[in-house]
Order: sequence, then C-alpha cells, then structure tokens
Amino acid sequence: MADTGILESLLRLVDKVDGGIDSQVVASSLGVDHQVVVGAVKSVQALGEVIEAEQRSSKHWELTGEGQEIAEQGSHEARVFKAIPEEGLSQSQLMKLPSGKVGFSKAMSNKWIHLDKGHEGGPRVFRMVESIEDVVRKKLQQVQMGHSSQLEEKEKNELKKRKLLTEVTVKSYWITKGSNFSTIITKQETELTPEMIASGSWKEKKFKPYNFDAMGVAPDSGHLHPLMKVRTQFRQIFLEMGFTEMPTNNFIESSFWNFDSLFQPQQHPARDQHDTFFLSDPAVAHDFPQDYLERVKKVHSEGGYGSQGYKYDWKIEEAQKNILRTHTTAVSARMLYKLAQQEEFTPVKYFSIDRVFRNETLDATHLAEFHQIEGVVADYGLTLGDLMGVLHQFFTKLGLNKWVEVGNSGVFRPEMLLPMGLPEGVSVIAWGLSLERPTMIKYGINNIRELVGHKVNLQMVYDSPVCRLDS
Amino acid sequence: MKDFSKRSFRSDEEFDELCFEFGLELDEITSEKDIISREQGDQKASEASDVVLYKIDVPANRYDLLCLEGLVRGLQVFKDKMEAPRYSRVNPLNGDPQRLIITGETASVRPHAVAAVLRNITFTPERYDSFIELQEKLHQNICRRRTLVAIGTHDLDTISGPFTYTAKAPDDIRFKPLNQNQEYSATQLMGFYKTDSHLRHYLHIIEDEPLYPVIYDSNGIVLSMPPIINGDHSKISVNTKNVFIECTATDLTKAKIVLDMIVTMFSEHCDQPFTVEEAEVVYPDGRMVTYPELAYRTETLSADYINSKVGINETAESIAQLLTRMCLKSEVTSDGAEIQVEIPPTRSDVIHACDIMEDAAMAYGFNNITRTTPRTYTVANQFPLNKLTELLRLDLATAGFTEALTFALCSQEDIADKLQKNLKDTKAVHISNPKTAEFQVARTTLLPGLLKTLAANRKMPLPLKLFEISDVVLRDESTDVGARNSRRLCAVYYNKTPGFEVIHGLLDRVMQLLEVKPGRNHGYYIQAAEDSTYFPGRCAEIFSHGKSIGRLGVLHPDVINSFELTMPCSALDIDIEPFL
Repeated sequence: MADTGILESLLRLVDKVDGGIDSQVVASSLGVDHQVVVGAVKSVQALGEVIEAEQRSSKHWELTGEGQEIAEQGSHEARVFKAIPEEGLSQSQLMKLPSGKVGFSKAMSNKWIHLDKGHEGGPRVFRMVESIEDVVRKKLQQVQMGHSSQLEEKEKNELKKRKLLTEVTVKSYWITKGSNFSTIITKQETELTPEMIASGSWKEKKFKPYNFDAMGVAPDSGHLHPLMKVRTQFRQIFLEMGFTEMPTNNFIESSFWNFDSLFQPQQHPARDQHDTFFLSDPAVAHDFPQDYLERVKKVHSEGGYGSQGYKYDWKIEEAQKNILRTHTTAVSARMLYKLAQQEEFTPVKYFSIDRVFRNETLDATHLAEFHQIEGVVADYGLTLGDLMGVLHQFFTKLGLNKWVEVGNSGVFRPEMLLPMGLPEGVSVIAWGLSLERPTMIKYGINNIRELVGHKVNLQMVYDSPVCRLDS
Repeated sequence: MKDFSKRSFRSDEEFDELCFEFGLELDEITSEKDIISREQGDQKASEASDVVLYKIDVPANRYDLLCLEGLVRGLQVFKDKMEAPRYSRVNPLNGDPQRLIITGETASVRPHAVAAVLRNITFTPERYDSFIELQEKLHQNICRRRTLVAIGTHDLDTISGPFTYTAKAPDDIRFKPLNQNQEYSATQLMGFYKTDSHLRHYLHIIEDEPLYPVIYDSNGIVLSMPPIINGDHSKISVNTKNVFIECTATDLTKAKIVLDMIVTMFSEHCDQPFTVEEAEVVYPDGRMVTYPELAYRTETLSADYINSKVGINETAESIAQLLTRMCLKSEVTSDGAEIQVEIPPTRSDVIHACDIMEDAAMAYGFNNITRTTPRTYTVANQFPLNKLTELLRLDLATAGFTEALTFALCSQEDIADKLQKNLKDTKAVHISNPKTAEFQVARTTLLPGLLKTLAANRKMPLPLKLFEISDVVLRDESTDVGARNSRRLCAVYYNKTPGFEVIHGLLDRVMQLLEVKPGRNHGYYIQAAEDSTYFPGRCAEIFSHGKSIGRLGVLHPDVINSFELTMPCSALDIDIEPFL
C-alpha cells in the first residue's frame, strides 16, 4: 500500500476540485511520478467507496533524447552555422564537429552555407546569410512547454520522422469523490482473526472488501465417472419401479444361452465372426440342462409349441461355442429358465445394466464394448398395451419421450419361453437400450471415445455435473 | 436393410405416415445426386439424377418387401386398393416341365437345388434392374452371402434341358463366365476373381473343396458355377422372355423360400400374372420333387387370442379384416368362434400365431392401442455385489480418488509383458477373432486400464489419484463356460514421490468401510511379497481373515516405462467378492 501521506494528499486535492481531477495533474501538483499516484488511487479504491476512478487514456507528444538536446542547444544545422566564422571553415574540420554531418547537409539544403570545393588548402565552407532563425528548436521548445497543440500535425509528423518527437499514450485516472468520501485514511483489516473475536476489536475495524468476481479455490476431491453416474440413475429408476437386479457378472457366455435359447437361428448374421467375439480358449461350454437343450434343438429344427420352426440342421457344436456375450438378454434367458424351474410360477420384474461386446467396425458412436440397459417383465396375460404402458412410464422417468427411439422393445416369442418350461399363458415383455447413447445426449458428447475408455480427458470427469435424468 | 423406391407421394409426410402404419420406417428422403455429392463431392454429383428416393428400413425377415414390386403390392393391399394376388404353379402350355437332375457328387459341397421358370415375362429397364437388385439383396441376406443359397437366372431360350447339377474337379470345369470374352478353367477363375471387389468375398465358400458345383444344359453348356458366377452364354437381358431360375443350397428350407420369393415378386410381369411354370428336380436317389412349392398354410386362432395378446377388444370379423389387409387372407369360421388365416408363400416370416398377432396389432395401429400398466406386484432387490460396488465407489470418490472407466478387452501385452508377467500365468480367456490387438483377451486385472488412463492424462496437475471397481475375467473350469468374472477394486497414485503411504492409507480406509479391523486372525494385514510388477521390496500381499485378497506397492520402473509414464506410481489391487 502506498504510504498514507500520499493518499491523504491525493484526497485533499480531490476534495478541493469540483467535478474531478486527472491523475496526471495530481502527479504534477504533488511533484511525484505518475505511477505513484496510480498506486495511491488503487489503494484508496480498495478502501471502499471513498473515491471513484475512471480510467482514461490520452495521447500527447514528447521530445526524444535528441529532441531534448536540440531544444537546449539548437538544431544541428544551427550549430553548424554558428560554428562557421567570417573567414569560413575547412570542410574536414567542420565534419569533426558533433553536429557536423547532419547539420552540414541540412544547412546546405536550407541554403545557409555554401561549399567552395576549389578553395586552396581544400574544400571550405562559408556562411551564405547574415543570420538564421532556428525554427526546429523553437518548435521543439513549444512542445517541451506543453504547447504541442500550437504546431500543425504535418510539422509534428516531420519532427517525428527526424526522431525528435514521439507520440505517447498515457493512461490516467479521472478521480471523483465516492459515496464514502473522506480525506482521512483508516487502515483496513484483511481477515477476521481469533484475537479480534476475543477482544471485540472487530467492532472498530474496517475490513477490506472481498472481490466477489474472482473464482474460489477448487475443493480437493475425487470424482465419479459421468457414465457411472448415469448408470446409478437408471438403477434408481428400475428400483423405484420395483425391478430386481439380475446377476450379469458373466461376460463369457455360450452361444446356446446368448443365441439358441432366444430362438435365434444358427445361421443368423449376428452369429457371424464379423459381429461376435468368439473365444479360442476356453473355446466351448459344457453342462447344458440336457432336457431343455433337446427342446431348444427341436423347436429350431422341427418346430413345435405351435411353431413351424426354422427347419434346419441344428448343431450342438454351434451352441457350444463360447463368446463374449453380445447382449445381457443371455442373462435374462438364464433367469427366465431358472424361473421356469420353480414349483409354481411367480411373476417377476428384472433389470440389468452391464457390459456387452460386439466385434463391429468402430466409429464415433460405436465401440467394441458398451453397456446395455435391459428391463424384463414376466406375468400371466401381459399385452402389447402393457409393454407400451411400461415403456411410457420408464421413459417418462427419463424425462424425454423421444428417447424411446434409442432403444428396442418387444414380447419374447413362445418358441423361446415354452421350451424353458414357462406356463402357456405367461407372457414376457422386454426392452433394452444402451447406456452410452443417452449419456452422450445428456452430457452433449459427440464422440464416444471422449466418454469411455482410457483415452478420456480426466478434466471432463472432474467437470461433469450431477446427473438428474428427469430435469 | 434399405430399399430405394422411385415414386412420388403427394407429400413426404403422407408417405412417412403410411410407412409407419405398415410397420416400416422411412429412414431418409434423398436422391442419387444427394448420395453422390455426400460421398464423392458436389462436382461428381452434377450429372446424377435428382429424382426423389425414399430410403426405407424393412424388418430383416420381410423378404417380400425387398423390391419395389413387393413393397407396392403390400401397400396397395394394406390400403384396400387391391386384393392380395393368389400365386399359382402351372404346367407348361406345351411339352414337359423343365428338369434339373442332381448327381451324387454335389453331396459333399452343396447338396440341394430347386428351380422354376418365369414364362413370357416382359422386362423394362426398371423391372430388369429391380430383378437383379432383388437377387443381390437376397444373396446378402437370407442367403448369408451366398453360403446358404446361391441364385442363378438364365435366358431359357439360349439353353436346352434337361439340366444337370453336378460337382467336378476345378480343372475339369471350363466355360466363358458372365461378361468375359474367353473361356477359363474353374481353377483359373478362382485366381482371376481374387482381385474382383465383389466376387472375391464368395471364393472361400468352395475354394478348398476338391469338387466345385456346376450346372450344365443337355448340350454341355455351363449355366453357372454356384455360388461364384454364371456362364455368359445364358445371361439374361432386358429382352429375355423366358427365365430359368435355379437356386443351389446347403440349406433346403432357405432355397425354397428364396425361389418362392423371386417368382412371387416377378411373376407380376408375366403374360399370365402371378403364375409360375413348374420345374422338376430329380435327386440322386431317383426321387422327384416339383418346384416352386408356393405353399399356402392355414392357421386357426381365436379372436380372444389376438385381443388378449395385443390388449384390444375387437370382433372376429374386424380382426379378419385387419389381417387380410396385411396380405394374410382371413375368414371367420361359420360358428363365429375362430379365425382361419391363410399364410401365403411370400410370408415365410410367419411361423407362429404370435407373428399373426403382431400383424394384427400393426394393422390396428400401435398408436391406437391403449397403454396399460401391468398389475404385476413385485418387490425390488439389488444384486448384492452391485450394491456393495455402488457404496464403495461413492466412498472412494469421497476419499479423493477419481473414477476411471476402462475397457474390459485389451491386448495380451497389456496384461502380461507390460506388467512383467508371463501370459500363461494370467488365467486369461483368449478371443479367436479379434480385428485388432486391442481385443485379444479379456482383462485379468484393472491395473493396465488405469495406467493407460494416467498415460493419456500426463499433462494434468499432479498428483493423479484414480480408481475403478469393475469386473475382470478369469478361466475357471468349475463353471459351464469355463470362465468367470471377478469384481476388483484397483487404485493408483501417480506423483513425483511414490506415495506408498497414500495407497496404504486408502487400503486402511477401504477396510474401515468394510468393517475389517487390522489384525492377524480375524482382521487384515499386509506382508512383504515378491511380484515382478512391483519394485523389489516395495510390494506387499494383503490378507483378510487369513485369505489373500490382493496386493499393493510401488510399481516397478520398467512397468512405469512400458506404459509410457515418467513418475513414480503406487497401486492397490484387491478382490472385493470376499466381502459380500
């Protein structure tokens, strides 16, 4: 902080003038450098509404070092002229003078002097006129006295070209009284201290105002990943709707549970090497429920349960192939089979959110692995109207009806359910969607690689807001 | 599946609505000009047509909607503009049916064949293009890129039956293939087509077979060498009047469907519309079958079945009308109790009453079905492992660590070499068909993912504190698939100092959260361990209730280098399943 003396002198000056005063004027009246006054203005501003200071900038002309020399000693040409006596001066001697070179050519072009090249004893310079008027010096002296406005722009620019004048921009303050104007300075405290609280001295103190425009210090904290925050919300929605979570912690699945049990034929394109990751080790699965497997084989190859079947040669070798599951519906199939083995059927509502894998071509919205959200309801007499009703409730909880477009839904086929042993009248409705897609929409992310995987920018994780799907 | 149809509707909205009602999705409204300009730039597009194209998504098993003929027919029946045609198989007007004789040699490579004739057909350039396009779509789709079925179509007036479908050694087959000027042997052809952008994808189907399938006419002319190429001699053109169609197959059911589909779609352009001339196929055992099957099947179901599955309340008559509009001609039985539904040969996708129910719902209009809430009463339960995971994640973030989300698949190098481990000791499951090294194995530890996350974020202010709670996959003979997931908690601390005390403190905090006290017998403790991933003397094994649950320590400098990191790093890696 600038010393109190300067501050109070400044305030007294402000007090005396009407309307306001420029900090440059303050500097010259106090006889201090302008920067000192600027410092004082800032210190006083920090005390509250004592003064108001509006920043201004003004341009003015100033003499350069050479310009100052000329203002004092005369222009080079004038100095050359003066140096030449009645009888003249040899050119070589003249050139040795400090102003010699510049002054000579200028004085020549002013026709103040002439050169006698043929003079005996070498070239010699003589005066051409009796007396001269040193205009350059006069002009510079005018500028020095602060009367630069009396010169024409053209004249000033010419002097600028000769590097005698420069134009400077000066930043200054226009200082006026503030709402709390006073000519007396009270020292301000920065922070409340335990001592002040103990002694009660805070009552007499003035406190330096806070800058509420500045950002605070970021708290030292950990962060949850945005995709996992959205997963938490989807779990919450399912739980609110009474759905029980399925155990989906088995990434490796047999083709049997992933495809065959869902009545997906063995030649289906999804079972192609181009779409599904197969395992070389362990390559095949064992221990299928044998009766059930026979029923699945039959419904594929011959039909049954009211179905024509696909009429092809169903092979156990295809069903045994281990894969990385392509959907969590493989787990739903296991759960429904388990349900069918109960003595008596009980209705269920299941959900899961977990990773699935596709051997697909990768692009901005597709990765080889993503999270699938799945909901399943099994009960007697469920209808398409029920499916649409449940979907409506689910997507209403997400807050956006158009999100229906990001998913799939349907009723499981009897060729899937009846071989499991579920009772005839039981229907199973189900729907699924990816977790990544709604998250990308929610957080405005266009490239999935910016959301998932080791290449994500942690700053994105640090900065991600809380997830409220319905707002 | 896409279909381009060149037609103009009064408005695009009107067509969009019609598609929706019919269960299709209008994907895009475009033109050849638009497509070319998008793919190759405006300049190349300047010459192209700007006739409006509707790009429609067709359900994968609706082969009857793949060509304009079928789509228009379906929509016209749906809008009551016409009745669904009845497709019939007819005898040739004069002479015997065409005959295709299958020899025993085909058994090893492609044992089935079916055939039919489209007599007195009139092509136009548009119809001809549509005919070729339908074959290509079927090839890509139900024919599984020609592996299951391959279609050959021939100008019948250039060849003479009976035809023989046999299989021969590649060097014994010689013919001039479609659109070529000279004869090649089959062996030469396989080499010739190696560089063909289209045909090279089919070579593998027969390449390694000792005998290649081939069809000859009675004069020894080669009709085709399925599933690769037809002969040039019998090629069809826009002027062809009589078309001989053969489909060879490894799956007879699919071959019958494909043949039915082609003849039902294009018999529309025959002099006697919707009639197809039969052909006889003679099997090696002498059995003779007449094709195309063009089988109609009747399903009988009750109005109550439809009503209760859809959630509507319509009379049997009204349901029969709905189904008839979907090309499923239906009648109410005389006692009024049931509906008899006739499934035409074009609807091979209808294999169960539930498919009929779906068509009824579609014709009724999905948007007209009242949304209802199932009365299913259930109590929700969380999966205990996920519940624990959710709780721990929150507390780890509260402890100042940031959650990473890394891939479950990675390279062998990530889980072995880079961690200075032997791949054989990892218990990893291996993927047989990875497109890149990134998908060779399922991860056996979360550590590489976290280290790669650190590497991608080296410019972030230090220290970096990361964690992940997720599954790894391990071989396990005791499960049906021979592998199981294991839920792990992994954390790393990356700074100018190793920070073992930080990661150790995190372990203490996790144990506190899991209500496990420090102690030898019923608590947890750590004990120095040798582990090549860690810096010697800076690794400890973690025991809880006497069982090893994981490790913590300062990573080995070579591990740090192999993940392109530059600072010391300490890590914690434990199994959380023992704490359930």
